[in-house]
Amino acid sequence: MNALALERDGGDWRLHLQGDWSLAGMAQIDEEIGALPGDMSGTLVCDWSRARAPGIGPVWALVTRLAQLSGTGLQVRHVGGAPHTVALLQKLELERADVPSVPASAERGVRRAIGALGRWAVMQGIEARGVLGFFGRIATVLGHAVSRPGALRVPSIARHIYETGITAIPIVSLIAFLISVVVAYLGAQQLSKFGADIFVVDLVTIGVLREMGVLLTAIIVAGRSGSAFAAEIGFMQLNEETDALRAMGMNPVELLVVPRVLALIIALPLLTVIADAMGLAGGGLLSLLELHIPLAQFSVRLREALSPTTFWAGLIKAPVFALLIGMVGAYRGMQVRESARELGRLTTMAVVQSIFLVILADALFAVLFQKIDF
Amino acid sequence: MAESTAEPVVRVRGLISRFGAQVVHDGLDLEVRPNEIFGIVGGSGSGKSVLLRTILGLRRPQGGSVEVYGRDIHRLARAERLALVRSWGVTFQTGALISSLSVAQNVQLPLREYYPMPEYALDQLAELNLRLVGLPPDAASKYPAQLSGGMVKRAALARALSLEPKLLFLDEPTSGLDPISAAAFDELLLYLHSELKLTVVMITHDLDSLFRTCHRVGVIVDGRMVTGTLAGMMDNPQPWIHSYFHGPRGRAAERAAQMDGGNPHG
Repeated sequence: MNALALERDGGDWRLHLQGDWSLAGMAQIDEEIGALPGDMSGTLVCDWSRARAPGIGPVWALVTRLAQLSGTGLQVRHVGGAPHTVALLQKLELERADVPSVPASAERGVRRAIGALGRWAVMQGIEARGVLGFFGRIATVLGHAVSRPGALRVPSIARHIYETGITAIPIVSLIAFLISVVVAYLGAQQLSKFGADIFVVDLVTIGVLREMGVLLTAIIVAGRSGSAFAAEIGFMQLNEETDALRAMGMNPVELLVVPRVLALIIALPLLTVIADAMGLAGGGLLSLLELHIPLAQFSVRLREALSPTTFWAGLIKAPVFALLIGMVGAYRGMQVRESARELGRLTTMAVVQSIFLVILADALFAVLFQKIDF
Repeated sequence: MAESTAEPVVRVRGLISRFGAQVVHDGLDLEVRPNEIFGIVGGSGSGKSVLLRTILGLRRPQGGSVEVYGRDIHRLARAERLALVRSWGVTFQTGALISSLSVAQNVQLPLREYYPMPEYALDQLAELNLRLVGLPPDAASKYPAQLSGGMVKRAALARALSLEPKLLFLDEPTSGLDPISAAAFDELLLYLHSELKLTVVMITHDLDSLFRTCHRVGVIVDGRMVTGTLAGMMDNPQPWIHSYFHGPRGRAAERAAQMDGGNPHG
């Protein structure tokens, strides 16, 4: 059944409103209202006697449409138990000021593309300046800490070492162990073709100590702690906690950012040592079980394979990765404004960018170590 | 206002709420009648918000029953529960607008979820609801973080009204507002109450608001509810109630209400 039935009544019109006029019928009612002829004149009588449960929304749609139509000199009357909201809605309709619509932007094609490129470039510039400034603020706090050790917040650093370091030990150990087993297994399969099984030890030890131990640890920590930094600081931004700190004369960078970054710089090398040890254990175990190399022989070969710098070439990268992860996480967290969606977006960005930067830095280290023969 | 004999809209019987060893409600009774504005007051920590959350079905009580429109929300099947939830509107203390949606999208959110309709109709309804609560049209495209405190409260009310409920729950609707905005909100509430024939349950600490809008008041004291008209509360000898309504602020609010011609409901 239609919600509206229009009939001629002499020179006038009669509109029967019928059926379900609640919000649930809005879609159909709206369509039929839109289909009312625009050239009616005389008097239009709206008969509500057959409408069930008229809701405010549908009545509003009718009232606004009738107001448009009455511009052509149509008189409207409501009869048959009209809903009590009609008068209210008619009043709202009268108060409705014509809001001028904003003309759409006239830029087209090439102009717009160039404009977008320019805006992007400017945004990148602003971003770069922001990152540099952030780094500067951290450095300033560290500079103050020389003359005022209280600025270092030792209890806070300890808490974050626990959260980013100690609690990460199980997962870091497990992953380092498993990955080195996988690498040793792959290596064993290939090298046994040449009867060079013993070189699996070289592969695993150099691979784990120089690259995989620190890289895996950094990626896991970026996922665990980089995201946690961004989310914690971001929520504090949303909750105006950082503003409260500033208003009390405290520096959020000193209180929130520096302890996290320092804690990570301390925790990540330690985690790397654990990952290295677990990686070697994994390699040794696989060599024993799969290649039947006894552990004594494994450790002899291990010492022959390693140069004095192998271990340090891995470990030295850890604090740099920690600085990158900590700074990106905290920086993105400090950028959160206004909404929960921003928090999610920037947390994601923190993790993705910190992993990217870690891998980029690792590549640069590889080139550097190659050049200086480290 | 004539004593209503109709079925109460909200009926709470013997409600017991506990958090560990801490007893918040100890046999609390409450009846809200159709078409009244019922104010709930009580000291901080007396369990006003817990009561509201229990009525809304967000929290399961340790004892007693809660019925809204004669149905116990804690014992309903999913479909019935959803129908009941859709029949009321709620505003939370901090507005609880979805921060990633614009004001118009916030208002349209429940409509979009429950009633399929074209975008044009949704825009129309968003405009209507914003008009009803007295927000300017340019507020529609703003995000919650860009609104003032008073506008957040109004936008939250617009969202609560979007499903055209007959029952409204308001948690401290005037808290954090300046007196002029708070008074304007009171007038808005009275206006909507009479125009849309609403039943309103309102938690408030705002004594002016209480005197201006509420027909009856329930005071939570020692885990139970003392219910009565404002005049009755003024004469209540219970020490907490006495100090609440006869403290310096209570007297000032009463005087102000009398100067204004008093409570419009008499």
